[in-house]
Amino acid sequence: MTLLQFVQGPLWYFASAVFVLGVLWRLIAMVMIGKPRDLSAARTSSFGGGIKAILLHSVPHGGNLARTIYHFLVGYAFHIGLFVLVLFAAPHVRFIEERLLGWAWTPVPGWGFALAAQFAFAGLILLYIRRLTDPVMRKLSDWDDHIGTWLVFLVMLTGCLALQESHDGLRLIHLLSVEALMIYFPFSRLMHAFTFAFSRYNTGATYGRRGVTP
Amino acid sequence: MTDSASAKTSDGPNVQAAIDKFIAVTGSQVAAYLDACIHCGQCAQACHFHEVTHDPKYVPANKLVPITKVYKRHKAPFAALKRAIGLAPAELTADDLTEWQELLYDSCTMCGRCTVVCPMGIDIASIVGLSRQAMVAAGLGPADLMEAAENARTKGSPLGMTAQVLSDRIEWLADDFEVEIPLDKKKADVLVTLSSIEMMKYPDSVVAMARLMNASGVDWTFSSHGYEATNFGILSGKSDVAKIMIERLTGAAEELGAKTVIIPECGHAYGAMRWSAAGILGRPLPFEVLHITEFVAQQIKAGKLKLKKMGDAITYHDPCQVSRRGGAAEDARTILNAFASDFREMEPTGNNNWCCGGGGGVQAMASASDLRHKVFRIKTEQVDKTGAQSLVSACANCRLTMDESKVALDWHTDIKSLVELVADQLEDA
Repeated sequence: MTLLQFVQGPLWYFASAVFVLGVLWRLIAMVMIGKPRDLSAARTSSFGGGIKAILLHSVPHGGNLARTIYHFLVGYAFHIGLFVLVLFAAPHVRFIEERLLGWAWTPVPGWGFALAAQFAFAGLILLYIRRLTDPVMRKLSDWDDHIGTWLVFLVMLTGCLALQESHDGLRLIHLLSVEALMIYFPFSRLMHAFTFAFSRYNTGATYGRRGVTP
Repeated sequence: MTDSASAKTSDGPNVQAAIDKFIAVTGSQVAAYLDACIHCGQCAQACHFHEVTHDPKYVPANKLVPITKVYKRHKAPFAALKRAIGLAPAELTADDLTEWQELLYDSCTMCGRCTVVCPMGIDIASIVGLSRQAMVAAGLGPADLMEAAENARTKGSPLGMTAQVLSDRIEWLADDFEVEIPLDKKKADVLVTLSSIEMMKYPDSVVAMARLMNASGVDWTFSSHGYEATNFGILSGKSDVAKIMIERLTGAAEELGAKTVIIPECGHAYGAMRWSAAGILGRPLPFEVLHITEFVAQQIKAGKLKLKKMGDAITYHDPCQVSRRGGAAEDARTILNAFASDFREMEPTGNNNWCCGGGGGVQAMASASDLRHKVFRIKTEQVDKTGAQSLVSACANCRLTMDESKVALDWHTDIKSLVELVADQLEDA
């Protein structure tokens, strides 16, 4: 078995299992901790408040747009760019069709990929510069923040290098970095990709009972 | 064992007791919050303590550090695995607890403004409240706040207002102001509670509340068995005191057969009784709980309170626990619009208003006074921009905070109680 075969075969399955089972366990274990029942007399619906909070916290509100414009623009540039790259890059769409679902959707054209990549790189780099230079973010940041950022950067960089799939070595490096990210993901703050909904919903539901969505 | 009994050991803070409490209070909701924080620091943009100091230690997310350390080391999914391979956070230390006392008490009013700006919607204020319970378990916490909580336990109120003092002062107010103030009726539909801050520092507010209740024509009374609405047990982190205070009010209301309990002009008292009490007692409350502004707004809408118009330019400070964290911001507007012909909103206002700087028990901490005076500068600038002659609020704790900071900052705008203003505008007043 060549290294490429190993990375495409057993290591891929191992990384996928760690990712899927790790994410599921982390979420299930978190929910299973349980919480006290809210016995106060509700003014309005908890569920409605929870859903509202999930949507409301997707954008700055409460008069905070100007204060948070940097994170808002740069954060969305990165996340939308990354979303397009992961789900609509032609090699990924082909991979999804051939190895995961048996069917897939239309990939973005080359110019779309280039645009998404520019957004994703610019967003990630600008967020990281902020993390390194802003006193508040420096105060809060730990090794997990740095490792997560660098792993995502590495995956994006090697992905762009391997775009033409013309060199096995480049594909190998990309796949290895993706698998490293998948194995790291469930144990890290990258889990915010899932936990954001739980966090927002909980606040929305708690305060939704009170008739307000902060 | 009471919270107060798990005091500091001779070697310093009882770290293990704090760890145990942090673990106990971390339910799935708190876990979701701690797992969702991405250290983006946006919460600094909403925190008045950071706003006036620009010191990064005051960023609200930093206040989550002690509980996060314990959660990720002891309770989070994969905690055991991470401990085994050395990737779990270090164990909480006495130095951590001592360092975070200022951040969890002096510099957090639990106003919840940081939740609004947080992209994850994390309710940091609630986690600070839970963290204070762990600080108490360790034997820490500001001495004056702890003393206020103990006064509430032993004397009935944080300012030492015993049932006898209550009775004496009600008799004096009723005589002096020629207003009927019922105390200890056998049965009543409505139990009215009060804040000892009002009774001891702003007694006119108690008279105004009595006038409004009388004018509404409801069957009401104060009770010497349950009168103190403030809950310094919740503010301090002494959960046993929190429960005692709630049991006193609940017991008094049940004894009267009251259908409604009115919370006076006090923000945190409203949150404590309206939203936390049932959970602390472990059963739904058999009566409705209304903030005085909710009650007055209902009476105005029902046509039971007729008010004269007032032309003075006034603006309104929302108590955070009534508006952003209580859901009752509109009731104050209903009242203001009923009598104030020149009511001017601050910017931002309502659910997004800046805190006065003295909520969450900060008002009672001498060590926090310089910092909260600085914070109040935000409010003075907000008010000055409106050009209002008076700043009105519906929280005696906010009022006391603002009155003290007004002197410290040599600011000259009048600060008034909404209830007192409304009572003055009664058509037969």
